[in-house]
Order: sequence, then C-alpha cells, then structure tokens
Amino acid sequence: MTQSSPSPPLLDMRGIRKSFLGVPALAEASFQVNRGEVRALIGQNGAGKSTLIKVLTGVYKADGGTVTFDGRPVAFDSPHAAQLGGIATIYQEVNLVPYRTVTENIFLGRERRRFGLLDWRRMNAEARELLAGLDVHVDVTRPLREFSIATQQMTAIARALSFDAKLVIMDEPTSSLAEHEVSVLFDVIRRLRDSGVSVVFVSHRLDELYAVCDRVTIMRDGRTVDDRAMADISKYELVSKMIGRDLAEVRRAASRAPHQAEAAPVIEASGLELGQALRGVDVAVRSGEIVGLAGLLGSGRSETARVLFGADAPDSGEVRVDAEPVRFAVPRDAIRRGIGFSPEDRKVEGIIPQMSVRENLTLALLPRLTKAGIVDRRRQQQIVERFIERIGIKVSSADQPIRELSGGNQQKVLLARWLCMNPRLLVLDEPTRGIDVGAKQEIQSLIRELADDGLGVLFISSELEELVENADRVVVLRDGRNVAELRGDQISEERIMAAMAHGAAVEAEDGAR
Amino acid sequence: MNQLLAFRTRASNVLALQRHGALIALIALLVFGIVRYGDRFAGENLANLLADDAKFALVALGMTFVIMSGGIDLSVGSVALLGGVVAAQASGAGLVPAFGLAVLVGLALGSLNGVLIAKVRLEPFIVTLAALLGVRGLALYLSDKKAVVASGTGSFQDFGRWELLGLPVSAVFMFAAFLIGAAVLRYTAFGRTVLAVGGSEDAARLMGLPVARTKFVVYAMSGALAGLAGAFLAAQTGSVSTDTGIGWELSAIAAVVVGGTLLTGGVGSVMSTLVGVVLLQLIFNLIVFENSMGAIEISSFWESVIRGGFLLLVVLLQVKLSRRRASGGTAPA
Amino acid sequence: MPETTTTPAAPSAAAAPAVRRKTSWAAYTQRYGAGTALVALLIFNALFTANFLTPANLLYVQLRQAAPVGIVALGMAMVIATRGIDLSVGSVMAISGQVGALALLSGTGLVPAVALALLAALLCGLFNGTLVARYGVQPIIATLILFIAGRGIAQLLTDGRLQNVDDPAFQFFGLGAIAGIPVQVVLLVVVAAAIWFVARSTPFGRYLVATGDNEPAARLAGVPVRRVKLIAYATSATLAGLVGLMEVARVSASDANNTGLGMELDAIAAVAVAGTPLTGGRISPVAVVIGALMLRLLQNTLIAHGVSREVAQMITGFIIVAAIYVQRQAGEGAG
Repeated sequence: MTQSSPSPPLLDMRGIRKSFLGVPALAEASFQVNRGEVRALIGQNGAGKSTLIKVLTGVYKADGGTVTFDGRPVAFDSPHAAQLGGIATIYQEVNLVPYRTVTENIFLGRERRRFGLLDWRRMNAEARELLAGLDVHVDVTRPLREFSIATQQMTAIARALSFDAKLVIMDEPTSSLAEHEVSVLFDVIRRLRDSGVSVVFVSHRLDELYAVCDRVTIMRDGRTVDDRAMADISKYELVSKMIGRDLAEVRRAASRAPHQAEAAPVIEASGLELGQALRGVDVAVRSGEIVGLAGLLGSGRSETARVLFGADAPDSGEVRVDAEPVRFAVPRDAIRRGIGFSPEDRKVEGIIPQMSVRENLTLALLPRLTKAGIVDRRRQQQIVERFIERIGIKVSSADQPIRELSGGNQQKVLLARWLCMNPRLLVLDEPTRGIDVGAKQEIQSLIRELADDGLGVLFISSELEELVENADRVVVLRDGRNVAELRGDQISEERIMAAMAHGAAVEAEDGAR
Repeated sequence: MNQLLAFRTRASNVLALQRHGALIALIALLVFGIVRYGDRFAGENLANLLADDAKFALVALGMTFVIMSGGIDLSVGSVALLGGVVAAQASGAGLVPAFGLAVLVGLALGSLNGVLIAKVRLEPFIVTLAALLGVRGLALYLSDKKAVVASGTGSFQDFGRWELLGLPVSAVFMFAAFLIGAAVLRYTAFGRTVLAVGGSEDAARLMGLPVARTKFVVYAMSGALAGLAGAFLAAQTGSVSTDTGIGWELSAIAAVVVGGTLLTGGVGSVMSTLVGVVLLQLIFNLIVFENSMGAIEISSFWESVIRGGFLLLVVLLQVKLSRRRASGGTAPA
Repeated sequence: MPETTTTPAAPSAAAAPAVRRKTSWAAYTQRYGAGTALVALLIFNALFTANFLTPANLLYVQLRQAAPVGIVALGMAMVIATRGIDLSVGSVMAISGQVGALALLSGTGLVPAVALALLAALLCGLFNGTLVARYGVQPIIATLILFIAGRGIAQLLTDGRLQNVDDPAFQFFGLGAIAGIPVQVVLLVVVAAAIWFVARSTPFGRYLVATGDNEPAARLAGVPVRRVKLIAYATSATLAGLVGLMEVARVSASDANNTGLGMELDAIAAVAVAGTPLTGGRISPVAVVIGALMLRLLQNTLIAHGVSREVAQMITGFIIVAAIYVQRQAGEGAG
C-alpha cells in the first residue's frame, strides 16, 4: 500500500471532550494517526490516554468532538462495532479467553462453518497461517494459557489482523514481556506498518518508543500537549512534556537540616527481584528520613512498596528491619514491625467502603484497642476524634461511611489508620493522587512533620515536584532496577527526569547496580 | 521462561488427566464388577443401571452447559419433579403430548431463570434457589401432595419398556442426547460462546459475543432437560413420588465436577459428565452387589460418603491446578 | 394476599427517570422491608386469624417453629458476611444429632454427649473453613462436599436407623422452657445477642465485615482474613450442630435421614430476604431474626387461611427473588 504523505490521516480525532460525574477526563483532546504509521501515545496516569482510546473504540461515548476514520465520520457504540469498522484493540491484560484454544480465540464470534457446523480444519489452518505470518509457530489446538504472554499477545494480534484491521491499538503490550519477546513484537509492528496498517502504541518504556514509533502524541491533564516526529524529540523533552514541568527549575524548599545519614536504616532491602517487574532493587529508609521513590509507570515502584510491606513475596532478595533479616508472609507481619502502607489504588486496596470513618481509621489498631477482647469504644472514639482534628479530616461524623468522603479525606483516613499505630515506617504509594491542591498540601506537610518526629517515610510519586519538595533522598527506578540515587541539593526535577529518561544518573552513581 | 512454560503445560494437563482418570476409574470399576460378579453384573444389570442413570444424566447435561457458562442451576431437581408430575398427569393423552408438555414446562421455567439471570442480571445462585423452592411448591400443588400415577395403559407406559439395539430406550436417548450435546459444544458457534462466556465474560463481551442470549439459552436448556428427565422418570416407574428430585441439583453438580468440568466456567466436556454420572451411580451399584455376595456388609450409606470423597479429591486437584497457574505467572480472570 | 406481605412489583419502567426517588424507596425497602412485612403479617393475623394473639400460639407455635432456622441463619449470616456460603448446615445438623444421640444412648451422660456432638459439628466447620480459607476453594463447592458426604456419615453412624432418645434431661433442649419461654426461642435470642455483640464490639466482628466488604484492603490493613473465614465457617457449623441437637431432642429421636433436610436453603433465604447482600460485607443479626420469623409467619399465615403449603412455598420463592431484586436496585443507587 503506497500512500502519498499529504493524504488525510487515517484517524483524526478533534476536540474530544469527556467528563465523568462532572470531572473532566478529556478536554479538547485531539489525536491523529497517519496511514502506515506507528504512533506512540504517552502520558502519565490520568492524562486521559486510556479514556481517549476508550472513546475511539466505543467503550465510552464522547461528550463532544469529532472522530474521522478512514475518511468517514464515525461514532462506534461498542468495541465490537469498532472492531468491525477496522479498529482492533489489544489490551494490556490480554483480553482473550485463556482456557480456549488459540484457534478459538482468533475466531470466536466469526466462526468458519461448513454445512452449518464449525469447520475446525479450516479454522485451524487459517489460524496457523495467520500466526505464521507473525512468525509464530505453535499448536493452535492447545489452550491459549499454555503459551507465553508473548504468544498470547501474538494471538490477540492475529485476531486483530483477521478482522482486516486498518488500525491496531496496543495498550502497553510489552508490560509483561521479556526482552526477546519484545523484539519479536517489534518485528511484527514493523511488518504491520510496512503492509499499510497503522499502529497506536502505548507504553511507558521510552526506549521502546524510540525503537519502534514514527511519531508521538503526548497527553497531559486531558489535553493533547504535543504531536511530534519521534526523531525530533529528545527523551528528556518527552518526559518533561509528559510530566508538565518546563525546564526551569522548581525551587527546592529551604534546605533542611541534613538528616541522620549515619543512623541505621529502619528498613533496608537489597537485590529485590519479582518476575519481570523487579530485577534488582535496593532501597533503605532511615528513621526521620523521607525517601522518594521515582520512576515511570512500570518501573517497579509499586511492586517495591508491596514487597516491603509483605503484600507480595519477592522471588529473591533480602529485606532487613533494624538490620535483622525478615520475611513477611502477610502484611500483618510487617504491621507488627511498625510498618504502614498506603496503597496506590485507594478504592481497590485501601478503603473498606461500607465501613464508617471510625472503623476504617482504627481497623489496624483494633487489637490494641481491646480490653478483655472487647473494643474499648471510648478510647476508639478519642483516638478517632484526635486524628480527625489533627489531620483535618472533613466528615459530618465519625460514623459516616468512608465511601461518601472525597478522595483527599479518604486518603487522610488511611494515613490516620497507620499514624494511630505509632509506626516507624510509612510506605506511601501515590498518597496525593487525585486529591485537590489544598488537601495535598496538608498531607505533604503532615508527612514532613511526622518525619521530623522520627518517622521513616518511603514516598512514591509520579509528580517530580512533590518529590523535590519533600524528599531527603530520591531513589530512581527504571525497568525494575535502581538507576540513580540523589540526595540533598542534588535533588532536582531535571536530574530525576534525566535518570528516568536515560537510566543513567547525572551524578551520584552509587544507586546503580 | 522454559520452566514456566513447562509448568503451565503440566498444569493444564491436570484437567485432562482428571477426565481420563474418571474414565479409567469407570472402566476399572466395570472390569472389577464383571470379573467379580460375572454375568449377573454385566448384562441386564448394566442395562438397567444405564436406564436408571438416564434421568440424572439429562439433568447433568443441562448443568454442564450452565456451569461451563460460569453459572449454576439449583432448580433442576424441582423442575424434574414438576416435569414428572405434568407428564404423568397428561400420560392418558399419549406419549408425545406427555413428554412434550413436560419439556415445555421445563423450558418455560428455565427461561424464567434465564431472563432473571441474563437480562435482569440477578445472581444465578439466588434465582435458581428461589426457583427450587417455588417450583417444588407448584409441583406439589399440582400433584396434591400425592404420588402421581401415570395412566396404566397406552404408549406412555409402554415407552419405559421399549428397547432399541438391546438397550432400554431411555439409555439410548441418554447417549443420543449426550452425543448431540457434545456436537453442539464442539461444532456450533453457540457451544464455543458458552465456553468463552464462562472463561471470561468481559473478554466475550469485548469480542462482541452475544453474552446475555447465551446465558439465557443455557438456563432454558437446563430447564427443558430437567423437564424431560422428569418425564422419563414418570414413564419408567409409572408414578412420580413427591420426594422426586430432592438433591438432584447437587448430585448433578458433583457429577459435572468429577467429570472434569471446571466450576468457575470456561472449560468442560460433555461426554465426561456422562462418565461422571455413570461412575457415581456405579459405586452404588457395586455396593449392592458386594452386599449380595454376603461376604462383607457395606452400608449403602457409604455411597454418599464416597461421592463426597470423590468431590473432595477433584476439588483438591483443581486447587493444585490453579495454584500452579498462579505461580506460572498467567492469571486468567 | 401477597401484597400485604411484601413489596409490590417494582415499578422499574416508571421510576427509571426518578433515580433518586427510586433509590430511597429501594433503600427503605431493603432496610425495613422484611420488618414492615413482619409487622403487617402480625397485624393481619391479629385481625383475621383466630387464636393468633395468644402466648401459646406466639411462643410455642410461631416462635418455636422459626427459632431453629433463625439460629442456623445467624451462623450462615456470618459466613455470608465474608462473601461465602455454607450449604453443609443441614448435614452437619444430622451428624451432630446422631453423635449426640449415640453418645447419650451409650451412657456418656448429658454433658459429654452434647460436647461430643458440638465437637463433631465444629470439626465439620473447620473442614469447610480450611478448604475455603486455606485452599481458596469456592465456598459453594467446599461446603457441597459435606452437604453430600455429611448425611452419609450421619447415616453410617447408626446404619440409618432411627434412634429413640428419651433422656428427660436431654429432651429439655427441644421441649423445655425457661421462664415460660421455649428453650429454642431463648437460644435464638442469646445467639442473636451474642453475634450482635461480637459483630459490633470485638475486633473479630469488624474483621468479619471488612473481609467481606473488601478483602484485599482488609488484608493490607492487617486483618487475618484466613483466620476470620475459618472462624466464620466453624461458628456456622457449630450453631447448626446445636440446632441439630435441639431437633433431635424435640422429636425425641435422631433421624439421620431427615434431620436438617433443606435447612441450608431456608437459612440462606432468611438471610437474603431481610436485606443482607450475599456479596458480603454486612451482618445484621436483628435482620436475620426478622427474616426467619417473617418467612415462617408468612407460610403459617397463608396456610392458616386456606392457602396450601405448596402455594405458600411458591410465594416464598417469589418473595426471595423480589427481595434480591430490590436489593440490587438499592445497591446500584448507592454505588
């Protein structure tokens, strides 16, 4: 397929708006994909890229804007309609049926028939042929789940191709692939492009974008902020556009007294490995110290946090608390050692939605609140009131169900859940995400205050500004490995970004393994 | 990576192994029975056993499809009772009207379940539980709480005595129904959709498969088959007692699971359900024979204990399978 | 007649635009529907049923009939609070009744016999709980095993024969009264109060609800979810065992073939009809007791007024579906 370059784009989305319950997720977003092009779509969490894709593929209906595909205005009302219209989507979690065979997963919904009955011989042959075109040679009559994730991805791609898709969307297809599997996938993407199919490639691994994409669209806060040829944009610029910090420096808060660098770490982890996510992470937190953990999505930040808290068991590596090796089987073990954890996804892993603020706040403390096995309600109430006041949680009463609270107040309750236990270490995964500015400031200064009182904090954030303003030390992860460690005046958005982008520390090489 | 792959392959063989295991156990028990009890066991006894099994098997067939779709149908026993009652009551009108009415009644009740589950989207467990209670009430009301005796003459009563190829007609019917069921599963888009819906409803929806319609059909089918099972019972025994069908749903589930169908849906085999049904019944049959030998006395109550033991074994096997799967890194929904 | 007892058919089409109103209506029905139905039934019976408002009828007929289901349903509610289900309660009743009767007849004396029976029930519960909590087996299947095998075990204990138990001290459990109140009713109140207290005032009670509401979050908050589930199944089975003993005592005979038959369904229905979602995260002993009383009174009322037992059963089935339909509406409004 030869397309002259000035031809209209295959896909043209303009002025796309979409709100959820009044909260805008997309504000005048636009997105173009040319024919026979591999287009990168990047942005932080909440930037709107997945909403944009879902609008395109008919999962959501846009509030406004126009979508033109293959020269015609379209508005798909279901993923199936989008598929029939020539847009195939391959989701991050392979969205196929694991127990069914490879052939079935390719042909479900459009089975080939003969005399009204399914023609397995023909379907198997076509499946084999489709996959051979992708350089995959497997027994297509085996259940899909017997094969590697890479093969599963290839099956999803084969399914997409069997629809004669003109546009294939790949949403973080590489997140669970090993390196050689990624290179196979890239060959496939290049071949697709050469045969005239366009590909939208969503990934947080910058190297991959440069390896396979022609152009990039960068989104932030529901808007499209840039649209450039991959060759014309540096990694550093890419990251800064994505994060929304221009190259000018945010002033670091008045330099603080250097923290007890000589103090023994409260917690110390070395050589953590976990599947494809962690490939050797070292991190230590001392008492009174806020350690920032930076890295793009998929760099292993959250996985590190979960391992430290005993929520996941590492494949290898060691965790020491007070220099004593520990092996947490369940979070309860970590809690007993004075560790608290605020998970990334408040709704799914943090709050107990139907329970009251009082109960959510004291859930971990309950064993210590009992007298003869009975919860001491008066003490419970005192503690709850004290923390509601101290942290400034806005509730009508302590009996209000937590699901009725705003995100910021929910987060405060979750922080209070640990603070009331007098912890020695808090692991906070994106504690200020989705929270309004005021509450954010309050939470940040609370954390600072607690650290000054001797609490150790591991602070994970996608916002570099937040890390620069709050952390005493920043550990940067990239692809599941430490790539830099910055301390004191070395901490700057520029340096963190550079480490996130290039994987090399500008200075302070001691963090790299 | 290769280790992981090997792991997964081995794990997925567990279900196949279980299926073959059930078949091997069945064959072993048959051989044991023939060797130990001789012709007395082999000929007419086995034919009767199959004829007896037919009604359970039909219920289990419907249940297989329901479970493969990721659901459950607790109402089958009650629907079978109702089917038996209406068939017996209509038996004077002849074979076809009686069977037709039973199937229609079952189909209607199954469709009601199907609508509530597929369209109104209530939980299958509770909907079919309520149907279990309500339909039994309806059946008892229609039968006036007495055993319903089928009309003594005519084609309906004769039906139970028909033979085909030396087998009781109900056994022939059972084999035919399972062959058709297996073909539907393997050679129709509907069959594949049932498995896809059970395997991952979200994925099925994203693939544009008719999820609601498929769910509706499996419940309707299960109801119709349960009604048919009731009619068979009425034709074979000439009367339908009021305690018919109690616990059938759970026996059917046990047979389906022992046969190697995954309870979480998405994987299954029709023929192995038949193996499961016959296997579980054969255990009972063997106990009877052993007792008739007089050497040892095995209480018939062992039957349910052994059934439960089988179920436990199968469940633990499946746990092992899913553990392996989890450690293998893939996590199908 | 059904309209006096339950909600009218849901006006779903008409109410579609008025989401807010529908929500509050449904929330009300979810919360107080069963209670309102119970009160309506009481009033109806007071007016139209002869000899209804007599202590003898209320205590020794209505309440005593409802109490066993109520006690089992309370245990079931604990399991349901963790997002589980316990199908084995009927079989456990049979096992416990058989063990108790057997022990009594072999002359162990009352206390050891009761203790042995409850121990047997507890072991059943631990078996269920281990499968669910330790091995992650789906609750339906895990408890189906004992549902099937348990009755066989009970029958094997005496080869299915009826055991007559005429120990007067033991019969007290089934026929006795404390201060004029049947012992079953006293136990129902005691168990309900105990569970109410435990659920409200002990860490375990809060863990129970937290586990069913959001298991991953509860685990991350240090809740010992496995132990919580194990205890829930153990309690459910032990309560079932207790009721099994009471039933044996009441009829002065242990019948492994029939004790507790169908109890699992009655108990689940009692829990569900009074607004406890089967999706877990909530427990209300008061609602469970109301649900059990309401379903029993509904059936008795219908039967007393010439509706056959069978039709009453059909109506019960209908009401269960109606109740969960309403619950779902309320759930969607809130979520």
